[in-house]
Amino acid sequence: MTLATPTETASENTRAENVRTDKVKVLPFDWPEEGVTRIPFQIFSDPAVYKLEQERIFRGPVWHFLCLELDLKEPGDYRTSFIGDTPIIAVKDRDGEINAMVNRCAHKGALVCHKERGNAKALSCVYHSWTYDLSGQLMGLAFRDGLRGKGGMPDDFSVKDHRLQPVRSAVFAGMVFGTFSDETPDVESFFGTEMCKILRRNFSRPLKLLGYHSQIIHNNWKLYAENVRDSYHATLLHTFYTTFKINRLDMDGGIRITDAAQPWHHLSFAKRATLDAAEEYKAAEVHSASYETRLNGPELLEAWNEFDDGITHSIQALFPTLAIQFTLNSLAVRWFTPRGVDKTELFWMYIGYEDDDEAEERMRIMQSNLTGAAGLVSLEDGCINEFVQRGTKGSGQSASAFMEMGGKTVESSEASRATEVAIRGFWKGYREIMGFA
Amino acid sequence: MTTKTAAKRDVPVLNPDLRARVADFLADYAHTIDDDRLEEWPGYFTADALYHITTRESDAAGLPIGIMHCRGRGMLEDRIKALRTANIFEPHSYCHILGATRLVDQGASVLSARTNFTVTRTMQDGGTELFAIGKFLDEIVVDGKALAIRSRRVVLESRRIDVLLVIPL
Repeated sequence: MTLATPTETASENTRAENVRTDKVKVLPFDWPEEGVTRIPFQIFSDPAVYKLEQERIFRGPVWHFLCLELDLKEPGDYRTSFIGDTPIIAVKDRDGEINAMVNRCAHKGALVCHKERGNAKALSCVYHSWTYDLSGQLMGLAFRDGLRGKGGMPDDFSVKDHRLQPVRSAVFAGMVFGTFSDETPDVESFFGTEMCKILRRNFSRPLKLLGYHSQIIHNNWKLYAENVRDSYHATLLHTFYTTFKINRLDMDGGIRITDAAQPWHHLSFAKRATLDAAEEYKAAEVHSASYETRLNGPELLEAWNEFDDGITHSIQALFPTLAIQFTLNSLAVRWFTPRGVDKTELFWMYIGYEDDDEAEERMRIMQSNLTGAAGLVSLEDGCINEFVQRGTKGSGQSASAFMEMGGKTVESSEASRATEVAIRGFWKGYREIMGFA
Repeated sequence: MTTKTAAKRDVPVLNPDLRARVADFLADYAHTIDDDRLEEWPGYFTADALYHITTRESDAAGLPIGIMHCRGRGMLEDRIKALRTANIFEPHSYCHILGATRLVDQGASVLSARTNFTVTRTMQDGGTELFAIGKFLDEIVVDGKALAIRSRRVVLESRRIDVLLVIPL
């Protein structure tokens, strides 16, 4: 994968003495020599880095989640979303093809679609009635020939020359992705065989939307990207997991890193039936193992074995801002959109299958209590990343995170999830694509 | 209500004592949460009650999953137990502001009630911010002197929760 050489320095504050001489001046501070085991805290709050991420990641050679295919059932169904800061429309046309484009009128730049979901025969900007077909091609506009022979567009104006900026799109496993770059490899190559296998496992049947909401978290988007890859914290911070034996590190499980050239994506999984209670939870007086285990409403955790691979809990993180959770039977797509350097919107979409029976759907609904903004095993993540954001303020040039749990390298860890390997994988990919490596 | 307008609405007279009791009951519920007496919160519900927090969008779309879904008082108790002993979050407090309740007698000792609310949240930095606006859609069971919520659907205006939701509404 090649990266365009930046043509400008990312920040006027760039300090020459901190910039690697062999690179264009893009990182306005030093990345410690240890590489992916040290994350400079400033990376979470520097506006120049945020700006460069928009260019190199969000408009770069990466697939970004736009919506689910089930959001676009009928011709004309559209769903608006964002790739980084850029507003996007995904729409199904009359041939059944899904098209993606920037949600920005070619005339004055106004948003064309205002609603998050809707159905339209054509995409029309309300400002001056510039109207586009469902592929984004301009079809017509108001007063093109003026009024009473006066005004109007010049003779050389052609609707063919104007359209909504197209975004390359692809559908895989019921999910719609978009990318700004022609260099992005096809979706399956981008995610790699191992990741595609589990996506097919989870999304192989017709899907049914069960619910959605979002959460504003007051931290840089990369802190959530780390958090969702952090198998070390999951059973420590999220007490409910451990106590009710939904997910513990003393269950069989592991981390699978994608087999693509870049270790950007990962799957963390656990097999509930294999719990062999480890003394370390007690010995460490782990806060999370101290909660008494009886539920007054045990129906909350009623579950069934849905797959024959024994995996009962999985989190799959797909670079940069998508995660698929399958907690017991609760399947959810999580994705997060930066809303500024220290603010992120985290979206939760809960999914079942069209062929679920009533009891199965009921269990998915009950288990939805585990995650989301009020999730019994996830609500802590709403604040923990903010604690890092606040804690790293004023950290200066030299302070960085220490990330050597499970070693210093980036490779699959089938034997243990007491590791930060998936986080290191994220940073390896991030550093490469940003040109910081 | 004026009798001169064509669009007059018939509003059945409700037993004023009952109306006053429901108003006190709903105020007590809110004050119980605001005063951090959360262990008393499940006691406002029947044993088989539904407590469902969702968003206006999801409610309109008829989606079964919102933000929180409890069936039975046991699950409400579990939520409080988890909040007290398991969940980790920055301590904060609520203040409920309740709007007027529209109360309708459904017969068979069941009242339906709709009450708009505003809830502010005060965090550790000392600031108070708007946290939630929405409506309570309740079914209240009258059993002699006792009132109990059989169903409370909390429909939030926003689909975005700021930070997290752990204290019930």
